[in-house]
Parts: sequence; structure tokens; C-alpha cells
Amino acid sequence: MADTQILIEPKQKVYFDLTTSPHLHSQWSTAKVMWFVNLALVPCVASALIFFGIQQILIMLVAVLFAVGTEAAIQAIRKKKVTLFDGSAALTGLLLSLTLPPNFSLSATAIGSIVAIGLGKQIFGGIGYNIFNPALVGRAFLQAAFPVQITTWTKPNYAVDSITSATPLAAFKFDKLLTETYSLAIGNVGGSLGETSAIAVLIGGIFLIAVGIVNWRIPISMIIGMFVFGGALWIINPQQHPSPVFQIFAGSFLFGAMFMATDWVTSPITGKGMWIFGLGISLVLILIRTFGGLPEGVMYSILFMNSFVPIINRYTRPRIFGEQKEVKK
Amino acid sequence: MSSKTFRGGVHPKKYKELAEHIAFEYFPAPDEIILPLSQHLGKEAKPLIKKGDEVILGQLVAQADGFISAPIHSSVNGKVLSIGKEVTPLGFPKDSIVIKASENSVDKRFTFPPLDPETITPDEIRQRVAEAGIVGQGGAAFPTYVKLSPPEDKVIDVVIINGCECEPYLTRDYRLMIERPDDLISGLKLIMKTLGVKRGVIGIEDNKPEAIKILSHKVEYEEGIEVVSLKTKYPQGAEKMLIKAVTGKEVPPGKLPMDVGAVIQNIGTAIAIHDAVVKGEPLTRAALTVSGLGIRQPKNLYVPVGTPIQNIIEFCGGVTEDAVKIIVGGPMMGIAQYNLQAPVMKATSGILVLTKKEVTESEETPCLRCGQCVDACPLNLMPTKLARYTQLKRYEDAEGIGITVCMECGTCAFTCPANIPLVQWIRLGKQKVLQMQKERAEK
Repeated sequence: MADTQILIEPKQKVYFDLTTSPHLHSQWSTAKVMWFVNLALVPCVASALIFFGIQQILIMLVAVLFAVGTEAAIQAIRKKKVTLFDGSAALTGLLLSLTLPPNFSLSATAIGSIVAIGLGKQIFGGIGYNIFNPALVGRAFLQAAFPVQITTWTKPNYAVDSITSATPLAAFKFDKLLTETYSLAIGNVGGSLGETSAIAVLIGGIFLIAVGIVNWRIPISMIIGMFVFGGALWIINPQQHPSPVFQIFAGSFLFGAMFMATDWVTSPITGKGMWIFGLGISLVLILIRTFGGLPEGVMYSILFMNSFVPIINRYTRPRIFGEQKEVKK
Repeated sequence: MSSKTFRGGVHPKKYKELAEHIAFEYFPAPDEIILPLSQHLGKEAKPLIKKGDEVILGQLVAQADGFISAPIHSSVNGKVLSIGKEVTPLGFPKDSIVIKASENSVDKRFTFPPLDPETITPDEIRQRVAEAGIVGQGGAAFPTYVKLSPPEDKVIDVVIINGCECEPYLTRDYRLMIERPDDLISGLKLIMKTLGVKRGVIGIEDNKPEAIKILSHKVEYEEGIEVVSLKTKYPQGAEKMLIKAVTGKEVPPGKLPMDVGAVIQNIGTAIAIHDAVVKGEPLTRAALTVSGLGIRQPKNLYVPVGTPIQNIIEFCGGVTEDAVKIIVGGPMMGIAQYNLQAPVMKATSGILVLTKKEVTESEETPCLRCGQCVDACPLNLMPTKLARYTQLKRYEDAEGIGITVCMECGTCAFTCPANIPLVQWIRLGKQKVLQMQKERAEK
């Protein structure tokens, strides 16, 4: 792209770039963004290791290695540029692993990673072209292929109460047992590897919002949606429905809000679209959790809303500056 | 005082510290100057001299040709060497007058008779501004007297002086504000008088507290003039953005500031109007910033119009080893240079020498659909879509979502994490669409 010419002769010979404006660029690149998101997952990784044991690192390693390997293999076969170092395949692997139950089988994890990258991403043409969040595609596949394993929960290391073999959402759904918000915030409850600790998720998520990678609209609209839809049910019948605070802190909600729904490629590009997307996820999620057969539904609700993104983008074009919407006098 | 602003925009690193504390210096006349006949938007001026003629500083050498045109005055004493195609900072050659400067003749110069700003009439101001060859100093170089002659049916209620200087590196408007506040206010009052406007606003980004302080103090007893602090954000200095921040009004697509009752003038333009009216000086010099990590001695300079960039760079100590790019204008909208014989023009705001460190570009990757360009576009366009439609040659679709509204500020390309040259694609698409519209109109 950069043309060069010899300038300042004969005193000094220098080669100069002739690219067009803007001549400055923000310091972000695709790779840097991806590595920042990986970095933001460190608190979640730490919470997984603390609550479920150091051996969980194996699941993460297998997931990352197979994701990266699959990406490299497919790109090599298709004779495309191998983009291992942009961190996106590693991110998909890591995200996938953090949504799995502790002590999940390593071979199944590997399969999940292969599916996530192969079917979730590369089949569409690679980074930027996929419709569905690749990590969730991988997980959805595992949910279908290993339905029992993927709902077998391990007791966390520092469990203090009796609800240890089920997740807080399952405990509520099937036995109407509420888990304290404090435990949910800390994360010493049953659940997927990286999703149980609200604090760890929030540290990473707020970091991503602060540096400008995650657009605040998506997590905020999801949380507002949960307060509105979940709150409505709770007000109608507090015995049957948990409080919106519990809905937010339990299960994968926050992890989904911070790391899954906010995936750039599969979320809307317009501000208004992001609100619709976030509210939509919460609405679908409440319907699944309340009326569906499953205690949890973050994965399905995000995948469901992913499919609407192209149409949301189309119908939420921002009003062009100065464009008359209505006649104001 | 809370700072006003608009929605969107970005925050590039400012680099203002390189030159903001350096007072203006006069650049000595070079051996040779090149005066392009088109230093303004509109038709090029008609030369009035021929090869071999002796000219003096301030002498009219080319007259305005038509309504949207501006006359050109010699910026040195000397002899006309040639009239022909010469390279310009715009990247392509234009008809230009080349003048060989003579020595020991600094006393000879032409000026208009000074006018009394108290008793002068609007028409006299307009005439003087037209004669003095003043063009907008903000970059587009629109002939100023045209802006001061709005059609009868337009009601102008506010004059806004653009003191934002939102482009990184550039510090000349800041220096002018703190070095010549009285001349600036005098210029503003002349503009207000010409337009019969009671309200004058000087809008300054809040990263220039010194300028805000000085000017606020100066306008304390001036009726109808106020200083407004604006949020530091690129492109706060774009006309539409400035009007939105100051008045809350939005200039509709395809309309002009005067359609919402505003006239915007640059700091340098207001001072040039003062100089022309009160001192009788035609516009023969450009106030500009020479900066960037690649220049050895950043400076703010008054440079005779027509001085080749090469001379100015040498005057500033030359370039560093790691310099990779020379730009005329600011880094967000300026033009990269390939020939340093190109001259400074009337509206040249800066010469920047950038190093590898400043212009680092990472590799372009596919669009990640992050929406950051949509979020940042101050005109609420969808840059990623406009660029995509252009790539696919779907110009009608691009037109449909407003490609012609784009002002090419470069915010989208700046912010894109995938490093897609968005504004460059949009520029291309915009050209095609404008051409298409022209053909349609001809049918």
C-alpha cells in the first residue's frame, strides 16, 4: 500500500510513505483486541482453578490447543494465510472451556473445540464472517452429543452449604432452593468452570468496557432486560420465580453478557441494534429458564439472537446527522 | 463551565506539546516562491503579470475570476520567472506563477489604505476582504467574502469563530489566540458587523485553557461576544460538529451552516480580516505549525505564501533519521507529500514530519463487525457498510445510506481495529456516486 519516493535531495535521501489520510491510527489491531479479551479472562480462569482444582487447567489447555490446531489445519488445507497469532482461535478455545463443567472429559473437550472452529467459524470463511458465536456453537454441539456429561456438576472446593451437586439454577428450578447472592458473587457453587464467580467475570468485563473493547450497551441492556422481564415475574409470584438479582448472578448470565453476547462479529454494529439484541437475549433467557425444560438457557438465547443480527443491523440504521425525522418548529 | 460537544468522535494522541509553547516566528523570504493560481475553492485566478515583470510584496499578480474565486498577491519583492504548471501540496500540478525574490528590497511593499473599523460599512468590509484575497484558513480555502455575502433570504444569527484546532500536532490557532487575542476579537467584530449579527461565539476545545482564559477575559466587556469551552474530541472543529456543540442545531445533509443561521470562521481568517481592514494588508502569508517527531525543531511560523516546503523544513533543522512521512495539513485529513518543492498555500495550516513510531499501521484483517466506526462516526453514518458497498461496486446502495454526506474526517479509519482503510474506500465510493448523480442530472 505504501508508495515510496526519494525526497530531500541531494542533501539527504529519505524514503517517504504516500498513504492517504488519516495518517494516525488508534493503537488497536485485531490481534491486540483478541489478546486483551484473553487477558480479561484471567480472573475467570483463576476462579475456575481455585474452586474446581488446579487440574482443570487441562481442559483449558486441550480446548485452546485443539482450537488453534483446527484453525491452522483448515487454513493450511485451504491454502489461506495461517492466522494463529491473532489470538482469536485461542480465545474461542478458552471461552468454550470456561463454559464446560469441571472434570469434563478431555476428548469431548477436544471435539468441542474442533467443532467450534470448524463449524462455528472456518466454514463461514474465518474470522469476521461467522454468524454464530463459535464457542457457543462448540458448546451447543457438546450439549447435544454429551447431554449427561455436560450436566454433571462437581462440588466446588470450598462449598459451605448443602447445594453442591446441582447448580444454583437447577436447585431453584427443581427444588425451589435459593442460593445466597454472596456465594454466587464469590463463586463457590456448582456450575461451569469459569462462570460461577460473578466477581471474576465482572473484573474481566469491566476491564474490557474500560478499554473500549466491549460496548457497554450489550451487557447493560441484558441486565436491564433481566430486571424488567425477570422482575415482572418475580413481582407476580415471588414463590415461583426467583428475584432478578438471583437471575443475574446465577448461572452463565454475567459470563454470557460480558464475554459471549459481546462477541463483535456476532453482535449488532449499531447502538440501537445492541439494545434490541441485549434485551432480546434476556427475554429469551427468561422464557427458557422459567417455562422451558432446562434450568439454564444463556447459550441458546445468545445463539438465537445471533441469528437475528443481520436483520437487526438492517433496520437500525442510525439517523444521519441533520436528517429530518419529524418536522420540528 | 461544562464543555459542550457532539455525539461520536475519537481521541487521537494530541502531540500538541511539541509546538504549543513556541511563539510565532517570521520566516525569511526564500529565493523563489511558487504561487498556484488556485489556492482557493472555485475558479482559478487570472494572472495579471508576465514573465520578466518586476513585482513588489503585496502586489496583485492575479485577479479573481468570477464569484467563487480569490485574487493572489505577491508574497515577496522580485521578478516573475515563469507562469506554468508547478507541483502543489494537493498532489497534482496546477498553473502557478514563479517569482524570483530579489534582495535588499524589504521596504518596498504594497498595502491598501487602512480603514477605520468603527465607521466602516459592511460593503466596504466585503470589498476589502475580497480585494485582500482572504480565503478560509481552516483548510478548504473557501473565499471568505462569499461567506460574508449570504443570500438575502438567509437569516444569520450567530458568527462562530472556530478555535477548536482538533487536529493533533497543529498549534497555530492556539498560538494566534494567545498571541493576538485583540486582533482576533477585532476580526470577529468586523465579521459580525458585515453580517449584521448580534451574537459572536469563540468556540475553543477545553485542552486549551490558556486560550479560553485570555479570550474570556478579553470579551468580558464586549457585548454579544462569548467564549464557549468545547470538549476536546476529534473532529470538534468540523463545521457541522461545531454548530451542533454551540447552538444545538444540526445542519441537514446537503445544506450549509447558513441554513441554520450560522457562519463559521477560522481563527486565522478572522485575524486576516482584521489585518486587511485595519492594516490594509493583503493575504500574503500563511500562519502554520511545523511539527511531528520527525522534525528537529518544531515551530510556529508566519511563512510567505508560495514558499517551498523544502525551505521550511531546512529552516526547522531538517528531518530526523526515522522520518517516514511528510504531510501538509493535520494528520487526520492532511495530504502526504512526494515533492518538497510544493509550496505553502494560503490555507496551509501545518507541515508535519512523522516518524515510523507515529504512523505505525498494523495489518489489515477482515471486518470484525465491532461497530466501532458506526459508534465513532460524528455524522451517524455506517462506515463499514459504505466501504463494503464500494468494494462490491454497489454504488446505489451506498448512496441510499448516505455516502455523499461523509465529510471524510477519517474518524472511522482511525478507530477501525481491523485496520480497514474505511474512509479511503468511502472517498472512492463517494466520487463514483457523485459522478453517477451528475450523469443522472444531465439526462
